[in-house]
Amino acid sequence: MASSQYTLPPLPYAYDALEPIISQQIMQIHHQKHHQTYVTNLNNALASQASAMQAQDIPALLALQQNIKFNAGGHINHSLFWKNLSPPASPATDINASAPNLKKSIDERWGSLDAFMDAFKKTLLALQGSGWGWLVVRAPGQGGASGKRLEIVTTKDQDPVDSKDGTPVFGVDMWEHAYYLQYFNNKAAYVDGMWKVINWAVAEERFKNGIETSSLLKL
Amino acid sequence: MATSLFRTSTRTALRFGASATPKGLSGMTFARGKATLPDLSYDYGALEPSISGKIMELHHKAHHQTYVNNYNAAVEQIQEAQAKNDIAAQIALKPAINFNGGGHLNHTLFWENLAPKNAGGGEPPSGALATAINNTYGSLDEFKNKMNTALAGIQGSGWAWLVKDKNTGQIGIRTYANQDPVVGQFTPLLGIDAWEHAYYLQYQNRKAEYFKAIWEVINWKAVEKRFA
Repeated sequence: MASSQYTLPPLPYAYDALEPIISQQIMQIHHQKHHQTYVTNLNNALASQASAMQAQDIPALLALQQNIKFNAGGHINHSLFWKNLSPPASPATDINASAPNLKKSIDERWGSLDAFMDAFKKTLLALQGSGWGWLVVRAPGQGGASGKRLEIVTTKDQDPVDSKDGTPVFGVDMWEHAYYLQYFNNKAAYVDGMWKVINWAVAEERFKNGIETSSLLKL
Repeated sequence: MATSLFRTSTRTALRFGASATPKGLSGMTFARGKATLPDLSYDYGALEPSISGKIMELHHKAHHQTYVNNYNAAVEQIQEAQAKNDIAAQIALKPAINFNGGGHLNHTLFWENLAPKNAGGGEPPSGALATAINNTYGSLDEFKNKMNTALAGIQGSGWAWLVKDKNTGQIGIRTYANQDPVVGQFTPLLGIDAWEHAYYLQYQNRKAEYFKAIWEVINWKAVEKRFA
């Protein structure tokens, strides 16, 4: 445990692969700097936690929890985000071919894909401050629904999706660092562009089988 | 609503030095009962190289303007809800008032507590404020270090403020999430915007450099007036 460290996962595509929707410069800084900082700070916080446990210093342990949550959340959220994106016009960006089951559930839940996209955008643009927008799936019985149920949720800052709220299908980073160098204050245009780079194959897989925690979050 | 929330001041009070009010929101202006975007008392490029002209222009004309617009829209909705005695609707609008009204207040104070170097930006405080800072933090540099540590520790969007406690008269550093305004027990003296839009075009992820550079353009004279 003590010698293990979380590491920055490589992107499944090149830094410029999401252009023109997300610029190479944004991807590079976002991955190499922002995500790396969450990983570094998470490892540091966990090392401090190990020392505090060794010393049985409960006040120090408690003081570390928010730090761990923020940086672990940043690591989880970005790791999920990179994987649920795909280069524009790549096969995975075609929802009909890549996500038949998810598409059917979206149609049932919102009436149409367009209606879902509108609702998703509206929810994301209403975020006050830094955070994330998510499509989540709730298991049968969760939240009172009889079958699997899709919902749009937001999480603030780097809070990960609480398992009580469902399992992430895909996430969109609404921190300003995710779009500002290219879109400035026009975050609506950024959200509109995301539909060209959502990896529906990954979304379908998460919808059916949950998130890929085994590869994602192990040390 | 608006006038009970904020001190009304006139266009002539726009420039910080001309304010008839000794402290607080000298730039807070209204036209026909609506909040309006206050003019800056310096050019967009005047804070370079600490803050680029492009950042200042977007920050003022786009971001601050959006808070003003959304605040006015929320006030209109709350007035409609009041007219209908719809208490639930009024309560539901509170987050929008807090966020957009806070965004308007915070930015208005922020523009005023900045100044170009040739207009006194970065010149250290004097008088009672300097004494209070020395007594509380040991030195101005130590205060800046503490403020920068507070800024760096913000997880997400927000602000750090030097505040005065209305109960004790003591000064202190407090951070606020998102656009939460400094109201209630504390009086805002000096605010620094830690939202990414405040620095990202120039500093990207190197926010510590922004926090260091902004001290070159702090208008301590404005802070002294708020402290008085």
